[in-house]
Amino acid sequence: MNTRDSILARVREALRGSTGHSARHGEPQGDLSSHSIPEEELLRRSVAEADTAESEVHATDGSIGVRRVLPKVPDDFAGQVALFAERCDSLKTEFLPCADDAAVSAQLKLLSDREGWESVAFPASSEIGALLANLSIAKLEVSRSTVKTDLEKVSAGITGCDALIAQTGSVLLTAISGGGRALSVLPGHHVVIASASQLVSDLPAAFELLERKYAPNFPSFMTFITGPSRTGDIERVLVLGAHGPRKLTVVLIGGEGGGKVIGEK
Amino acid sequence: MPSAASQFNTDATRMVADLGHRQMVQLSLSGYQKARTGNANRFQDWESARSRAAAIKDEAILHLDRYLEQFEEKLVARGAKVFWANDAVEARAYILDLARAKQARAIVKSKTMVSEEIHLNEALEKAGFQVVESDLGEFIVQLRHEPPYHIVFPAMHLTRGQISDLFQQKLGAAPTSDPEALTMTARKALRQAYLAADMGITGANFAVAETGMISITENEGNARLTSALPKTHVVLLGIEKILPRLADLSLFLPMLATAGTGQQLTCYNSLVGGPRSLEEIDGPEEMHVVLLDNGRTRLLADAEQRDSLRCIRCGACLNVCPIFRNVGGHAYGTTYQGPIGSVITPHLRGLQSWQHLSQASSLCGACTETCPVKIDLHHHLLQNRRNGVAEKGSPFQQIGFKAFAFVVNRPRLFGFAVQAMKCFAPLQRLFDATPADPVWPWTKSRVLPSFARKSFRDLWKQRTT
Ligand code: SF4
Repeated sequence: MNTRDSILARVREALRGSTGHSARHGEPQGDLSSHSIPEEELLRRSVAEADTAESEVHATDGSIGVRRVLPKVPDDFAGQVALFAERCDSLKTEFLPCADDAAVSAQLKLLSDREGWESVAFPASSEIGALLANLSIAKLEVSRSTVKTDLEKVSAGITGCDALIAQTGSVLLTAISGGGRALSVLPGHHVVIASASQLVSDLPAAFELLERKYAPNFPSFMTFITGPSRTGDIERVLVLGAHGPRKLTVVLIGGEGGGKVIGEK
Repeated sequence: MPSAASQFNTDATRMVADLGHRQMVQLSLSGYQKARTGNANRFQDWESARSRAAAIKDEAILHLDRYLEQFEEKLVARGAKVFWANDAVEARAYILDLARAKQARAIVKSKTMVSEEIHLNEALEKAGFQVVESDLGEFIVQLRHEPPYHIVFPAMHLTRGQISDLFQQKLGAAPTSDPEALTMTARKALRQAYLAADMGITGANFAVAETGMISITENEGNARLTSALPKTHVVLLGIEKILPRLADLSLFLPMLATAGTGQQLTCYNSLVGGPRSLEEIDGPEEMHVVLLDNGRTRLLADAEQRDSLRCIRCGACLNVCPIFRNVGGHAYGTTYQGPIGSVITPHLRGLQSWQHLSQASSLCGACTETCPVKIDLHHHLLQNRRNGVAEKGSPFQQIGFKAFAFVVNRPRLFGFAVQAMKCFAPLQRLFDATPADPVWPWTKSRVLPSFARKSFRDLWKQRTT
C-alpha cells in the first residue's frame, strides 16, 4: 500500500468510530461523564455542541451567515470609502483618492519627489506606464525576463489590483493584476492603483469576486495585503518593513462606480 | 537522559523562580490582550463566529478523507506535486531527496511549526544544505540554536539587549537598543538569502479543498518572498489543515488574526495554488506539497478529543494560560506549547511520556474560553489524566487509589481514619515544611490546610438530632 492509501485508510478507519481511547483501553475508572456515551453519539454531540442550527445552515447560507458575525460595513459607497480610509490610517497605509488620471499622474510625481525615488517598476504593457509619463526617473517594465536582483533595487513597485476591501482596509491582488508574485513585495515601496469601482464592502464580497472573475482557473498566487510589512518579534514593538515593503500607498481613481481599472484585460 | 516529566519539573521549577522572565512574558502579552479584545469586539458576534468556525472545521474533519482527495486532485491538476507522509521520517526523506535532485545549495524557510515537529532543519543541515529561517523571530532563535518559545511569537522571551548581543556576535552588527535597527539588520541579511535560495519551504495555515490552494497568514512578507523567488516551493502541512470551501476563509482569516495577534487581518494572507502558470511572469517552476499524518489520525480516532484537530494554531490558549505565563514555552519540551501542546503531544508522541503536561494545569478553563474554534481544552487535560492512569498508573497511583477507595467505602473505617489523622496533625506541625515532614512533597511548596474542629460528619449528626 502506498503512503497515500495508508493515510486515507487510517482516516476512514478513525472516522468509522469505536476506536476512541476509552474503547481501546476498556472502561476507565472514575466518571468523566462522557466515557460511557457511545462514540457515535459523542461524535454527533461534538458537532452539535458547536451549535446545531449554525452547523446545519453554514454550508448553504454562504455569505449571508458570515456577514452576520463579521465586523459591520456601511451600505453606501461614501461610507465604505470612509471606512477604508479609516482602516488605512490605523494600518499606516497611505491612501490617496484622486479624481481622474491627470490627478493620479500628478500624485505619483509628488510621491516620487517626496520619497526621492530613483527608479520604479511596473508590469510591462500595462496602462501604468502612461500614468508615469511625467516621471523622469529610471523605469523598469517587469516581464518574464526581469532579473530579480534588479527588481530588488528599484525604489518602488507600482501595480494594479483586483479589489479594495472596505471592511479590512485590504488590497486584493493576484499574480495577474499584480504583475507577478515579486513586484508587490520585493521593492521597498508598493504603490497600488485602483479604481473606485473596485472597492468592495467586505471579505465575503472579495471571495465572491475572485470566484466570479477566475473560477475554475484561478491565478497561482492571490494575496490580501493589509498594510505595509510589519513585525513585532522584538519585544512586541511594532516595526514596519520587516521583509516586504516599508511603505504602502493606495491611489484610488474616481468617484462611485467610476475610475479606470488597471491590470484588466 | 532524564525522562520528559522530570526534565519538565526541573525546567518549570527553575523558570518559575525567574522573576525577570515572568515579568517579560506578562509585559509582552499585555498589549496583545488589549488588541485582541478590541478586535473581537469589532465582530458583530464573536461568539457565533466561534461556533461557525468550530462547525466548519468539524465538517472538514468528519469528511477528511473526501476533502483531502479533493484538495490533492485540484492541486495536481494545476501542476503541483503532492506527497503523503505517514510520519516524520517519510516527510524528511522526501524533502531531502528533492533538495538533492534539485541540487539546492541554499534553502530559505518561512515559519512552519510542522517543520519543527519533524526536525527538518537538523536533517537538512546534517545532509550539508544551508537552511535559513526567514521569519524574524525564527531567525533569532535559529541563531541561538533554540527551539521557538511560542508557536506564534518564537522570540518572545528575549530582550532587545539579548538580540543585539546576538546580532553583534553572529552578524557583526553594531550594538543598538532600537528594535527597528535590529529588524533592519535582519532584513538586510535575509534579503541575500531569498535572492540566493534555490528552494523555499513554507507551511500553510489552511488548505482549501474546493480549489486546491494553500493559505498562508503572515505579517512580515517572508512567506511571500519564500514562495515567490526560489525555483522550487515546498509546502509542509498537517492533514488537519483542510477547509472545505474557499469562501470559508472570509471567516477564518480575520478570526486567526484576532485570536493570534489581536489584528483585524494580518498583513499578508496569500493563497498559492500551484507553480507559476503559463501566462504568469514569475514564481516557482515547481510546487511540492507534503501532507503529513504523524499521529494525527490517532487523534482523529479518539472521538472524545478529535475536536483538537480543529486547532488553527493561533496561540491564544498559550497567551491566557497561567501555566504558560509562568513556566514559559521552553519548559514544555514540545513542539506545541501551552494547553494545546499538553493536549495533543500525548497523541503525537505517546501518552505515558507526555501525560505529565496534563497534570500541570489548574483546570481554570481560560484556554477553552478563548479558543476561537471552541476546543474543549481543559476537559481534554482531564481526560488525558484519566487515560494515563487507566492505561498504566504508577504503583503509587494504583495502590494509593485502591487503598483510598477501600477506606472511603467503609464509613466506620473512614471515621476512624479521620480521627487518627487529627491526632497525627499536631505531630506533623512540629516538622511542618521541613524535609523531615512526612508530607514534605506537598508542604515544600504549599501550605497544608488544618483540620476543621468539627468534621462534616459531626455537623451533619448535630443537624439531624
Ligand atoms: S487550541 Fe484553540 S486557542 Fe489554542 S492554538 Fe489552537 S485554535 Fe488557538
